[in-house]
Amino acid sequence: MTNQVTNILISGVGGQGILLASEILSEVLMLAGFDVKKNEIHGMSQRGGSVVSHIRYGKKVYSSIIPEGQADVLLGFELLETYRCLPLVRQGGSVLTNNLQIFPPPVTLGKETYPEDIPAKISAAFPDTTLVDGLRLAAEAGNPRTVNTVLLGALSKRVDIDDTCWQQTLQKMVPKKYLEENIKAFNLGRSL
Amino acid sequence: MKRAILSGNEAIARGAYEAGVRVASAYPGTPSTEILENMVQYPTIDASWAPNEKVALEVGIGASFGDGRALVAMKHVGVNVAADPLFTLSYTGVKGGLVLAVADDPELHSSQNEQDSRNYAKFAKIPMFEPADSQEALTFTRIAFETSEQFDTPVMLRTTTRISHSKSVVSLQEQVTGLPEPSLEKNPAKFVMLPSNARKRHPLVEERLLKMEEWACQQPFNRVEKVAGKIGVITAGVSYQYAREALPDADILKLGLVYPLPKQLIRDFAANYDTLYVIEELDPFIEEQVRAMGIEVKGKEVFSICGELTPGRVEESLSGKPSEAYFSHSEPLPSRPPSMCPGCPHRSVFHSLNRLKAFVTGDIGCYTLGFMEPLAAMDTCICMGASIGNATGLSKLLSAENQRKVVAVIGDSTFLHTGINGLMDMVYNSSASTVVILDNRITAMTGRQENPASGYTLMGADSYRIDLEQLCRAVGVKHVQVVDPYKVEATRKVLKQEMERAEVSVVIARRACMLVKRDPVARKPAFTVDSDRCTGCRACLKLGCPAIEWRSSADGKGVAHINGLFCVGCGLCQQVCSFDAMGVLHD
Repeated sequence: MTNQVTNILISGVGGQGILLASEILSEVLMLAGFDVKKNEIHGMSQRGGSVVSHIRYGKKVYSSIIPEGQADVLLGFELLETYRCLPLVRQGGSVLTNNLQIFPPPVTLGKETYPEDIPAKISAAFPDTTLVDGLRLAAEAGNPRTVNTVLLGALSKRVDIDDTCWQQTLQKMVPKKYLEENIKAFNLGRSL
Repeated sequence: MKRAILSGNEAIARGAYEAGVRVASAYPGTPSTEILENMVQYPTIDASWAPNEKVALEVGIGASFGDGRALVAMKHVGVNVAADPLFTLSYTGVKGGLVLAVADDPELHSSQNEQDSRNYAKFAKIPMFEPADSQEALTFTRIAFETSEQFDTPVMLRTTTRISHSKSVVSLQEQVTGLPEPSLEKNPAKFVMLPSNARKRHPLVEERLLKMEEWACQQPFNRVEKVAGKIGVITAGVSYQYAREALPDADILKLGLVYPLPKQLIRDFAANYDTLYVIEELDPFIEEQVRAMGIEVKGKEVFSICGELTPGRVEESLSGKPSEAYFSHSEPLPSRPPSMCPGCPHRSVFHSLNRLKAFVTGDIGCYTLGFMEPLAAMDTCICMGASIGNATGLSKLLSAENQRKVVAVIGDSTFLHTGINGLMDMVYNSSASTVVILDNRITAMTGRQENPASGYTLMGADSYRIDLEQLCRAVGVKHVQVVDPYKVEATRKVLKQEMERAEVSVVIARRACMLVKRDPVARKPAFTVDSDRCTGCRACLKLGCPAIEWRSSADGKGVAHINGLFCVGCGLCQQVCSFDAMGVLHD
């Protein structure tokens, strides 16, 4: 294993289940034998504010924050929050984004404007962009609240880790009551 | 060897378990909260939430004096509250090891200032460890207990947000064995700090520091990493990781103990380099001490004293050039500030205070978000418990008419933390303000921790729930009323009536947080907007509810729209709508 560090950034809105997704991802990477670091901010920023989670893995990882402009993959849970994080992605990086808009308060109050045509703007700069209809797939899995697991499934294709690591970790970390729909959601995302 | 991926906070809890800690106490505070929350899984630890950090430390001191190892945790500003016992504890020393874990918050992710706790170690003359990842957080916690007993001193363990909340891989060890059984042994010369005893303890404190300074030169937690031998860096904590990223070829003196500094080790290291950097977040704490030794270093003239460092910021500071991103936005992006959750019981109180044109002295909690537009009903926020004293001070100056506008707003947990003292003063000195206690039955902002008014303990046991009404009456408040903040008009009426009163009054706005863990609040069916009835008046938008969005309409005025994924059916919007446009969505 060379000391190539891979950088995954997850962004979205507080309350979208980013924390659980990044927990599962880092657990999977550890299980696969990597050194892993994961970083995000808890507390005030989580109350409906922008949330960013950094996950880095390789043979040896120093900083838990991804050096600016070096994210290899960006997984966005909401269009504006995906768009906001693009400067952190390296040229040629991959972008996976949920096709969902959540209007922040300044937009609702008419003080600021939500940018138009975000998907087109993203794919113009990053040819490897995938738009995921998370809500539809989550509903198909049986629960609209499994969008985070659908997105994790979509991400899993960009990370070269054995499927059993994913399945094992989902079994371990998702409450039994919700396991079946989450496995379904994960597989729907993974088959994109 | 068992491996796990743990946050810094989880690793400290694990380290405390492995070190044989018997008692742990804390007041929740981001980014330190999860330390105590993670103690619950270890049955050998009695872990509890204290009403404030001073009490938490005093509980820890008691356990230490009984020869049990104790860990006390708090955020940086919590040390201000606990400083009184801390400084004298430095004189008494310990019996069982005592570690104070403190989490700083550079960049103010969730705090009111970015004070650097390392200054407290120097000020109180006690050692401080600073881990650079979760493995060190675990290991240093164990070492900190040994150090505490070896040198008869409390020990501080400092983390920063990026250590507390970052996860990394650690190896787990077995719990230590052979620790002494707790005992009740009198030793007044050591434990009773009246002047004649304390005078004798002070020289011991000074000797202790000198001994530790020498000892620290030979300890593996202070280590030199030699690479290319050209540039030298002295660093500690998370800054070490950024230094390694930005300067892969630099030689690094990585300090695990940031106070007292290993002076001889620093001299020997510094002698090898023409260019020597100190890379540290916030204050020039290491830098100033190294300079005082007569060693020339580059520090705060290169790296910012404000905010946190990142790999990019370190690189930019070193090169003097801003780094260029591949992508940059060509348009301004709307901000997404945090806001109160849908269904938050605090919302209607601030909605009313805004309409009543109150001058609101605020406090620390989720409800500090009452400052944000469109609620915009908070005019001061200083520290835990400050709202009530601030209101008293203002009232002393104002005309009767203006005095009535002053309202102190404080949460249940914050009220019990240090607000109650302010209320005593308000009554005792005949002030005339209105105090609103936002009683959501939980310490919400830090992630829903129990408090003495919750009815539960950290360990999950049922507990006496403090009767806030009786407590307020007991300190002499004659007018105490309880309102349900989900009833908008009734709440406003009571607030208005109490604001007009020329005596101290307390309004308790009681409704459980939507997110409480025990006795959870059920979500009700989402509301929906009848767009034919909606006139586009925007009255509902003044609630600042994240579930209410604005959509364009044919007449150009726009209409309200409720996002069914977010709406919890609290019904506030229905109450503020004059056109009966909000109804329950039936599938």
